[in-house]
Amino acid sequence: MPEQPSGSAIAIRQVSKVFGSGSDAVTALAQVDIDIRANEFFTLLGPSGCGKTTLLRLIAGFDYPTTGEIRLYGDDIAQLPPYRRPINTVFQNYALFPHMTVAQNIGFGLEMLGRPKAEIAARIDEMLRLVRMEELKNRRTSQISGGQQQRVALARALAPQPKVLLLDEPLSALDYKLRKEMQLELKRLQHETGITFIFVTHDQEEALTMSDRIAVMSKGRVLQIGTAHDIYDKPAERFVANFIGETNFLDAEVTGVDAATATVRVKGTTLQAGLPEGFRPAGKATVVIRPEHAELEAGGADRGTLGGLGGVITNVVFFGTDTHYYIALDGGGDFMVRRQNSRGTAAFASGDRVGLRIDPGAARVLRD
Amino acid sequence: MAERGPLDLKTQPGFGKVALLCLFLLYAPILILMIFSVNSGSIITHWEGVSLHWYGAALADDDFHSAARNTMVIAISATVIATLTATLAAIGMTRVKPWRGLGAAFMVINLPLMVPEIVTAIATLSFFALVAGKLGLNFGIGNLIIAHTVFCIPFAYMPIRARLEDMDLTLEQAAADLYAPPWQTFRRVTLPLMMPGVFSGMALAFIVSFDDFTITQLVAGPGQTTLPLYIWNQTRRPMTPEINAISTILLLISIIVVTASALIARRRKA
Repeated sequence: MPEQPSGSAIAIRQVSKVFGSGSDAVTALAQVDIDIRANEFFTLLGPSGCGKTTLLRLIAGFDYPTTGEIRLYGDDIAQLPPYRRPINTVFQNYALFPHMTVAQNIGFGLEMLGRPKAEIAARIDEMLRLVRMEELKNRRTSQISGGQQQRVALARALAPQPKVLLLDEPLSALDYKLRKEMQLELKRLQHETGITFIFVTHDQEEALTMSDRIAVMSKGRVLQIGTAHDIYDKPAERFVANFIGETNFLDAEVTGVDAATATVRVKGTTLQAGLPEGFRPAGKATVVIRPEHAELEAGGADRGTLGGLGGVITNVVFFGTDTHYYIALDGGGDFMVRRQNSRGTAAFASGDRVGLRIDPGAARVLRD
Repeated sequence: MAERGPLDLKTQPGFGKVALLCLFLLYAPILILMIFSVNSGSIITHWEGVSLHWYGAALADDDFHSAARNTMVIAISATVIATLTATLAAIGMTRVKPWRGLGAAFMVINLPLMVPEIVTAIATLSFFALVAGKLGLNFGIGNLIIAHTVFCIPFAYMPIRARLEDMDLTLEQAAADLYAPPWQTFRRVTLPLMMPGVFSGMALAFIVSFDDFTITQLVAGPGQTTLPLYIWNQTRRPMTPEINAISTILLLISIIVVTASALIARRRKA
């Protein structure tokens, strides 16, 4: 048996999925490797068409991988039909049974598992309490609102106490306020039930706020797996840096490399930049700096404390809590700085000359 | 309410008048037929007074009883067999991976709708004559049930298939996800959700069989007179309002069947 880190609920090993054949073949997933730990809130994040939903469908059993293994606590389940997997799904459109009541929907899984009636009834009540829907027990699912349907879908999927719960963009149909509310609700449910959640979304903010760990996917590949902090602060590739939050890309020359950092020159300025794991760059490289990790300095004649990096403000955009300053760098290129308005520091205006002071440790070299 | 587009027919001049004319042409003859069914006189175009006399005469007529019994036996049998077959066909054609012959199969099922009925009638007649001549087999009223089943299938198939195609496939996935094996998924989710389509299909098949004339006329043997054939035979004698009464009864049965199926379908959907 291939090694599997202890405590890993789902191990995805070299999974590929190809749709069609011959010249029409489309590779939806290419040699994906992911370990999802028990009791973890794990998110598959990526734009539409990146393969995240395909991967979820393979874990659920609605489709089968072309190659590779999917292990659930060590057992390969890749070829099992969905009704033999102790895994339940919350569907994007909820897929509640329209001819059943809320209670019948929630009890369906347990009924199919052949549990005694008394146990099912007790579990339905427990689930209704968990999602705070007691008073709607005997309603038809067509008689409740979208947010309520969402809760019923969750209760239905949690009722059989699956080992893993899959959530396919379950919040995308809700309006902004309800979505925020349900994000907290999902975190609470995951905490209270202790079930491993695998959440699929294209919304990077949703991924950052809810997940223990995130896998960023693009074009059928997993680009980076890590905590929200890792993914945001230490993006390894251009796609990840670009997809998650806003960032500045700068061309750099690598002049020295040690264990975890590189010395790079950016437009005459020398910076220490962090390196992706196991990456030893040489020659030209791309460096990223998040907009909140740079501070503006007036005048810019001496070009800030680190020297060298500066330019002219071309645009100032006010966002309420913070303001974005767009700067045309001397020697070409653009840079954006985000300043919190509460800092109370002097405001800058379009046309001002400024120097940039980069926070120590903020710059990162990309694997590209 | 939706915004009225520039092509909304209701805003065109003369729409109301054309609509009224159409309604008049469609329903005036039927209305006249119904009115004369309660005529007390014995001439179908001459009004003498209100009476239910001809309904009594019709209901007391043994030939009418036998025709009604034949019609019901044939229509109910053909409806049940055709609906079962059409249901299986619809499931087989919407819940499988697309295969090469799918388009051809769809055409074969619906062909009876396109073949002129008289052609089907002649073909069915020669077929049963062949079976009787070569194999010595005659199924009696079974011949009519077989013939009716065949042309009822596409009528039953259409609404069932439409219903299955409209159904959200993730519902069946959700059932499988919740530990329902294929048979349970079908019994607990697919079947209850497709029932409105099945009821519509049944109603259509019943009505089509109930009032079929051309094929029945050619295939029916002695003692296998159905209601439409009975009415046809009546018209060849001096016509009395009894024929209006029988026609009205037929019409009422049709209306009851269609209304009942629509009501069941609506309640199921809610």
